[in-house]
Amino acid sequence: MEETLHAIVRDASPLVFAVVGETLTERAGVVNLSLDGSILLSALAGFAVAFETGSLLLGFGAAAAVGMAVALLIAYASIQLRLNQIAVGFVLFQLCTSMANAFGNSYVGERVKGVPAQEIPGLADIPFIGRILFDQDLMVYASIIFIFVTYRFMFRSRHGLALQGVGERPEAAHARGIPVNRLRYLYTAVGGAFVGIAGAAWSLDVKLGWSDNRTGRFGWIALAIVIFGGWHPIRAAFGAYLFAGLQNWAIQLQDTFPNLTQVLGIMPFPVMILTLVLVYRDWLQRLTDRFPALRPVLGNEPPAAIGTTFQQE
Amino acid sequence: MTVVARKAASGLAKNRVGLISVGVALGFTGVLLLILGENPLEAADALYDGSFGSTEKIADTLVAWVPLTLAAIGLVVTFTAGMWNIGVEGQVIAGAIGAAFVAREVSGPSWMVVALTIVAAAVAGGLWALLAGLLRVYGRVNEIFGGLGLTFVAEGIAIYLVIGPWSRTGVASTSGTDPYPEGALLPTLGDLRVSPVALVVTVAAVVAVYYLLRGTSFGLRLRAVGQSMKSSHLLGIPTVRYLLAAFVIGGLMAGIAGGVRTTGFHGRFVPAVSGGFGYLAILIALLAGFKAKWVAPIALFFAAVTVGSSQLQLRLGLDSAFAGVVQGVLVLSVLFVQGWQARRSRRAGVQPPSAPEFHVEPEI
Repeated sequence: MEETLHAIVRDASPLVFAVVGETLTERAGVVNLSLDGSILLSALAGFAVAFETGSLLLGFGAAAAVGMAVALLIAYASIQLRLNQIAVGFVLFQLCTSMANAFGNSYVGERVKGVPAQEIPGLADIPFIGRILFDQDLMVYASIIFIFVTYRFMFRSRHGLALQGVGERPEAAHARGIPVNRLRYLYTAVGGAFVGIAGAAWSLDVKLGWSDNRTGRFGWIALAIVIFGGWHPIRAAFGAYLFAGLQNWAIQLQDTFPNLTQVLGIMPFPVMILTLVLVYRDWLQRLTDRFPALRPVLGNEPPAAIGTTFQQE
Repeated sequence: MTVVARKAASGLAKNRVGLISVGVALGFTGVLLLILGENPLEAADALYDGSFGSTEKIADTLVAWVPLTLAAIGLVVTFTAGMWNIGVEGQVIAGAIGAAFVAREVSGPSWMVVALTIVAAAVAGGLWALLAGLLRVYGRVNEIFGGLGLTFVAEGIAIYLVIGPWSRTGVASTSGTDPYPEGALLPTLGDLRVSPVALVVTVAAVVAVYYLLRGTSFGLRLRAVGQSMKSSHLLGIPTVRYLLAAFVIGGLMAGIAGGVRTTGFHGRFVPAVSGGFGYLAILIALLAGFKAKWVAPIALFFAAVTVGSSQLQLRLGLDSAFAGVVQGVLVLSVLFVQGWQARRSRRAGVQPPSAPEFHVEPEI
């Protein structure tokens, strides 16, 4: 149990970066549908740079830069050119996937030293919790801190209030002197950078190494989790841990059904997405109907201005 | 501006969009190749050589053109209804499973088995799309995520079939099943790999969709539903039925695409039967501006790049995924150039000649 939870917290860390980063972006009203491709391309960029320079830090930096660049393209297309975000995002998904698979060949099978484990002295000795939370590596700690920092920022700071205003009622935000489009650029870029970090967190940490389609489908799962996490960083992160748990369970089942190994490898993806889609929302709906007090915590409404453009007259 | 003048300006602008975006795409790919240390002209030559260089190559290009066109023309219908049918990839796989089932289980005269594989593929693809449609209509599930979930399910079923019930005798491997019996394969033209049956089906599908959207009241209403579900509902159009019909038609086409892919190209069932053709079809439909008449020529270009990329690998050592880079860059350039064009018109204070956004357009 202890070891399982330890593995889940570790394996979920890239997905946590991706879902919380994308939550930031979507809260500002922009959808980055390219996630599945941009995560893959950043994973390659991070791995390649770390391999060539020997520096993990530069690897993560490169991955963040790639994720940010893709996100900025979407921001430019939707804010400046008023193009359909879904269309541009989908094309970028396809383009990034192809680029990663076309340019990554020479790195297949190469090795780098991943993020080293680093237990936190003192805290790691706490029974049970110590092993799960404080005997991990730096990226895992960063992913956990990122959840709560984003939460505080979003709901407990003035900047966070502006962010929500931009995504909910851009006209009102504008009237209050908030630079709507500039903030949309900012949060799309920041969210994209964390999506890039998610890619490197796979290729340089949790799933060390590079191969074609190494992070395939994770981006789609992340997008689904953001929606059904109700655009709330803590609930989105919970979804990421749930998915890692599902994957962990599927791997354990492989011992019981050895001839279904490949099927079990893919099953968590449809199970997660269909559960979110079919069950989770209705269940939440019933819960909030029954206990209206829970609505602020469990509400499921998207930012009202998501996917729209704001025109300053 | 008079109507004629505006029309002329609109035509001019559209041509300019096309030319500029092709230029941007060529420039970008060229620079990319130069960075990789390759000669762009040689790459272009290799692409042409690999896709149209000989009768066999042309036939191979047509073999890829068939499923791409079928899936993309189906998407034109779902896009017209305003739906992002990203689940098309799963519908292609479902169609292939349907065709494979018939090819493996049914024996009889070849023409009958072949006809049945196509019917089974269409039914399987249509049902898979109907599921996404039902989720959208009755479960209020966004079609993008419902469709993706169903795609992942289809991928899982495909892998299960190959390592489980359909596994090769004595071997448990994900590489594929035993080849289909000779009589179940699509009949080909002599030594070439292209099948006249598949070509006829594809042309018929394109014509049918073109007519359906342009010449029938169904098509007119479907466009209305795509424009505004609420207004069409108030006008008395049964929107639910129209949406589901659009999904089923799109799925039928995608299913046939999967069917001809497995019986006309692979010759046996492999888990990666679609190989991203569904996603590629979405790019084709986007580039065609969701207009039926543009699907076939654009799909031909995509097929040529996809097939020709094998020469890129042989002659320049580039990964065949480079084909996807070329295709993606092209679609992205078209989107951006259209956006720039529309913004210039906005700034000049004129109504943009073409639709300002790349959204689902009412005209076909």
